[in-house]
Parts: sequence; C-alpha cells; structure tokens
Amino acid sequence: MSAHADTHATHGGHDHDHDHDEGAAHVSFKGYMIGFVLAVILTAIPFWLVMSGGFKTSSTTALVVLGFAAVQIVVHMVYFLHMNTKSEGGWNMLALIFTAVLVLITLSGSIWVMYHLNHNMMPALMQDVRNLP
Amino acid sequence: MSDHPDLAKLIFGRLTWEAIPLHEPILLYTFIAVALGGIAVLGAITYFRLWGYLWREWFTSIDHKKIGIMYMVLGLVMLLRGFADAIMMRLQQAVAFGDSAGYLPPHHYDQIFTAHGVIMIFFVAMPIVTGLMNYIVPLQIGARDVAFPFLNNFSFWMTTAGAVLVMMSLFVGEFARTGWLAYPPLSGIAASPDVGVDYYIWALQIAGVGTLLSGVNLLVTIIKMRAPGMKLMQMPVFTWTALCTNVLIVAAFPVLTAVLALLSLDRYLGFHVFTNELGGNAMMYVNLIWIWGHPEVYILILPMFGVFSEVVSTFSRKRLFGYTSMVYASIVITVLAYLVWLHHFFTMGSGASVNSFFGITTMIISIPTGAKIFNWLFTMYRGRITFELPMMWTVAFMVTFAIGGMTGVLLAVPPADFSLHNSLFLIAHFHNVIIGGVLFGAFAAINFWFPKAFGFKLDPFWGKCSFWLWVVGFYFAFMPLYVLGLMGVTRRLNHFEDPSLQIWFQIAAFGAVLIALGIACMLIQFVVSFRRREALRDVTGDPWGGRTLEWSTSSPPPAYNFAFTPQVHDSDAWWQMKEHGYRRPLSGFIDVHMPKNTGAGIILAGISTVLGFALIWQMWPLVVLAFVSLLATAIGHTFNYKRDFYIPATEVAAVEAARTEQLASHV
Repeated sequence: MSAHADTHATHGGHDHDHDHDEGAAHVSFKGYMIGFVLAVILTAIPFWLVMSGGFKTSSTTALVVLGFAAVQIVVHMVYFLHMNTKSEGGWNMLALIFTAVLVLITLSGSIWVMYHLNHNMMPALMQDVRNLP
Repeated sequence: MSDHPDLAKLIFGRLTWEAIPLHEPILLYTFIAVALGGIAVLGAITYFRLWGYLWREWFTSIDHKKIGIMYMVLGLVMLLRGFADAIMMRLQQAVAFGDSAGYLPPHHYDQIFTAHGVIMIFFVAMPIVTGLMNYIVPLQIGARDVAFPFLNNFSFWMTTAGAVLVMMSLFVGEFARTGWLAYPPLSGIAASPDVGVDYYIWALQIAGVGTLLSGVNLLVTIIKMRAPGMKLMQMPVFTWTALCTNVLIVAAFPVLTAVLALLSLDRYLGFHVFTNELGGNAMMYVNLIWIWGHPEVYILILPMFGVFSEVVSTFSRKRLFGYTSMVYASIVITVLAYLVWLHHFFTMGSGASVNSFFGITTMIISIPTGAKIFNWLFTMYRGRITFELPMMWTVAFMVTFAIGGMTGVLLAVPPADFSLHNSLFLIAHFHNVIIGGVLFGAFAAINFWFPKAFGFKLDPFWGKCSFWLWVVGFYFAFMPLYVLGLMGVTRRLNHFEDPSLQIWFQIAAFGAVLIALGIACMLIQFVVSFRRREALRDVTGDPWGGRTLEWSTSSPPPAYNFAFTPQVHDSDAWWQMKEHGYRRPLSGFIDVHMPKNTGAGIILAGISTVLGFALIWQMWPLVVLAFVSLLATAIGHTFNYKRDFYIPATEVAAVEAARTEQLASHV
C-alpha cells in the first residue's frame, strides 16, 4: 500500500507554524473602521442614556444597557476577531454555540436554584424582596 | 528576628518558627523520613551525575511523550501520599471507639481527610488522565507532537508546582481542615483564620492554570492535527473521549478559578461574597463550585471509558461494538455533565421542583453510561478474548463500576438522598466509581501502553498479585461503608461511641491494608519488569496486536513519532493497514521539523511556587518580586526565537534502519 506516497511533503507535527486560514474573514482597514465606528456608537448610546436619565426606572436602563452590551460583543467578534459561521471550518461557530449554551445553563440554573433556596429557606427575606418598590 | 518585629513581619509575613510543627511527633517523624529519603534521592542523582541528563532530556523536554511520562510519575508519587492519608484515616476510625481517642487529634485528622481528597482528585487522578492523553493522543492521530509543545511543558510544571505547595503544607504551617471543596463559612476568614485554606486556594489556582492550558492544547491538537484522511468519526475512541474531556476542562475549570478567586477576595480583602453579612451567601459557593465539580468527575472518567474501549477491542480481537453509539454516548455525557450539579446538594433546600429536575437529569446520565457497558460486553461476545492484565482490569472495572453506578442512581433519588447524604454510603459510592472506574482504568492503561512507552512489557506475575490485592482490598474496604452509611454513620468523623460499629471499620481497615499490599506489588512489578526487561522486550512495537496508530511505531517511538505522516482510511487505522499488507517505507526520508527544548516552563512554574508561598504567608515584598519576575520571564521567553530545529534526514534514516534491523531480528 502506498500510504505515504503524497503526504510527506509538508504535513508535519507543527501546523501552527504555517497556519493557512481556512475561510477566515478577510482582514481589511474598512472592516476595522466599521467595527470601530459601531463600537463607539454602541458605547455612546448607553452612556448618553445613563447621563440623561432616559428611562424612568433604573432597572429598565440597566436592561437596555445590557442589550447594547450583547450587540457590542457580536460586533467585536465579527469585526475584530474575524469570526463568522464558516471560519475554522465551522469550529468557531460550534464553540460559540456551546459556550453560549453553557453560560445560559450556568446563569439561569444558578438563578433558579438560588431563588428557590431563598424562597424555601428565607421566607422572611423573600417577603422583603417582594415588597421592594 | 525578634529585634525588629516590624521588619520581620514585613519580610516573613505570618511565617514564624511556630509554623514548623516540631511539637507534633507524627509530623516530625514524617518530616525526618521524607528529608532523609529526599537527601538520599538527591545524593544519588548527584553521585550518578544525572542532573544534566534530567535537565536536558526530561525537565526541559517538550516532547509530548516525555511530558506524558512525567505526568504519570507525578500521579503515582502523589498516589503514595494520598494513600498514606487514607490508611491513616482507616486506622484511626478502626481504633477510636469509646474511651480510646485514637492516635490522631481532630486538628490533624481534619487536615488529613482534606488533603486526601484534594490530592487524590487534583494531583493523582488529574495528572494520570492528562498524562495518558498527552502520551497517547498525538500517537493515535498520527501527529508528531501536540499543537503547542512549550505550553505542554509549562502546564506540567504548573501542575507540579501545585503539588509542591500541598506537600509543603505538611511541614510549613498546616493544610485546610474544611473538606476537599472548602465550603464557606467554614473556609471563610472568621472560621479558618490560619494558612490552611490559603494553601488550598493557591495550590489549586496554580495547578488550575496548568490543567486549563493543557486542555486547550489537547483540544487544538485533536481538532487541527489529525493525520490526513482521519475524519472525526474515524478517530480512535480514546481520542474521542479525550476530545470530550478537554471540552469539559476548557468549559469547567474557569468556574473553579472564579470561585476560588471570590473566596480569596473574601479572605484577603474582606469581601462578603460568601459570608452572611452584607448580602453574601455561602450557598452560592456550593452552587458554583459544583458547576465545576460535576463536570470534573466526567473529566476523570471519560478518558478511562476510552481506555476500556481500546483494551476491550484489542484483547477480544474484534472491532469495537457500536463505535457510533460509543461516540454519541460520550458527547451526551459531555453535555449532560452540566445539567446535574445540584444533586450534590439536594438537602440544601431548593425544594421539590428543582430537586426533581436535577434528580431526573442525573438518572438520565446513567443511560449513555449503561449503553457503553453493553457495548463493551457485546464487543467481548464471541471475541477471542485473552486475559492479559489490561483486560483483567477492564473486567474488574465493569463489575465494580456497575455496582457504583447503581448506588449512584439510588442517591439520585432526592428522598433517598435526604437520608443518605453526607453519610458513609456516599463515601462508598464515589470511591466505588472513582477507584473502580478511574484507578482501574489507569492501571489498565499503564499495563496496556507501558510497552509502547518503555519498550518492554510489565511483569504479569506481580501485576496479577497487584490486581487481586487491589480488587479484593477494594471490596473489603468499601462494602462495609455502604452498610455503615445505611445505618446512618456520617462522614469525616474521628471518634465513635457505639462499639457495635467497630467491626465494620476493622473490616474496612483490613481492606485498606490489602490495597497497601496491592500498591507495593505494583511498585515491585515496576522494579522486577525493569530488571527482566530483556526477557520482556517488545521489538515489534505492536505487542498486543493493536488496532490504532500508536502501535505502528517502534517501542518506544522515535522522537519524531512518524517518519512519514500516515494516511488514514479507517477507524482502526493500524488494523486496516496490517490487513492490507502494509510495508514500512525504507527510504526517501526527509528532514523532520521539531520543537526545541526550553527551560522556560520549569522556571516560570518555580517562580509561581514562590509567588504562591508568598501569598499564603502574606510576605508582600516577596509577592511583588515574584510577580514581577514572573512577568519578566514570560515576556523574555517570547523573545526566544530559537524554538525549532530539524532532525536531519540522515539521522531519521539511521533510526529507521535500526528499527528495520530490530524487526528482522524478531522474525
């Protein structure tokens, strides 16, 4: 069997020395500028919201700011980290989805668990929470 | 020191002569024995002029094979320490009844059970698992090294640095007295003002850096460096389980790092994350640490599932039954590992809805695990089985692990857990799965791959002695704990009033003695095998009739693993190559591009040890000094451009010619 006929040329043990970016996004000045401008806008709006006291309740403001933060994360990933659904043969996307699922499980699970704990073990405390303005 | 108390306090922090336990005879004698042993080892190394050899060939090596072996050595050395703790506890519990207080005061006993758990999980099981993956995975996927060879060396030394800190706590200061997960408020500064918990925190933080980096490293290696033709669904099962394990490591260990960082903020800077004041909540620590802790147990067991898969198919002379279901079972376990953490604290009071969700997810995990057991059984069915040592360990695993799994499902039922939690039933259960699964798997793997790593098989007689003593000893040591647990005896006690319980503890202590003999037989097995290495020599590189690519190389493999990268067409690549009359290429060798050794890893880890020690004792000037030099060394290393070299084609040709000669001499 001629198993090794055509493979011994370059494929050694150290591919990281000569990475070839399979389908990574094209890096350009324009891309960085778009990313930069978007990042500035997405930072300026929450800043303005807080400074001008845009919403009546602070919790609404907090939620809106968090929403902008989430969009900001996506902007960074697309324009600065050059991630898209195809980069690295789809592994980046898979890793991102996996990470998102785990973060979701960890956060929502912890909140769920701790809420029920408080509810069962600290009923007086929960009463206070419910009576908050 | 007494002349300038302020200056001494600035330099030495909390460290005084009081911290050296001269007043505790057990520790003093241990220290003398360790010191004499250490001097003997260091003296022997100096006498035989081995320092240069060790430094050049091992300590600074970034060859994944040598790093893998060093991980295994670390794991086995720490196993001796962890087991010493275990047998001390067993003896204490066997004698401390009624009027007898036993020989261990509570202060010391509490440190021992904490150290036992920490060492066995972090410095025995983790190094052995990482070491196996390090050695086997690149060979199985036809690569010449891991993706980031220097990082690999650095990871190993960081793990060792953590182990060194834990060992130091034995003689300088003390270790935590909190149990192996250091729950607050007990581990908080109010209840544990001394250095024990700080040793715990910094040992785990430093070792955690190593674990996380090696997880990233192996993950990238498996995804990016497979031999041409090896699709994901053609990877050997061990590589698959290694992939799942490293995904778990990368996702779970940052949680541990964060939790321990929060605990150190509480302890060092007066935060109230886990205290009862100012909105802190100790239960959040329990919640968070088990979000890491449950995946951790799958990190340990998944690679062993891979080991058993390789062993079963090799020694049954059959393709593994249900390869695809095996892979999917591993993936399902990987995901479900994140959905069960609350079963470690059902009794904390989350209520019926939360408890039933986590009880059910826990029971669901037993389905893919059960599927794996059936796959192994069906692989054996009508196979031509040879009961070599790895196969014996595998059969012992299947029986023992099934029992442990069933008691696990029992504990997953929340109402049952309310009466069994924190009891010796739980202790028996997790030792049943960790010893029966992880340790038996480690021994199967050591006996299986030892000839690959060193070029000679392990002696079967002493191996069988070790096997029977371990297996029988295990049942003697832990079955009584199930009984005691059902009778309501709780864990971590160092004295008992009810004399009717004593017989069970004595049986358990007898089991621990059998295990001690089993460990002794294993050490004798290594020595005897080394002395009989000519008789046990493996010249073929394929002593068991293996199926995967690591058996296509010589034993031990050359530094470059494969002169030519193999082309893969099948999940049992080497089996398929043999079936098709594969012939080794004998000419046409080219230069091989290899990474160069560097001392940066061991130096960085050494500085990290000093940093950890200084943080524990709060020697702030030394903290700053160590931290700055850590950064300087790390930055300095990035200017090291001499990081690769070529093994010339003539040398490759010479090595391969020697192998051709060796193979010819065998036939």
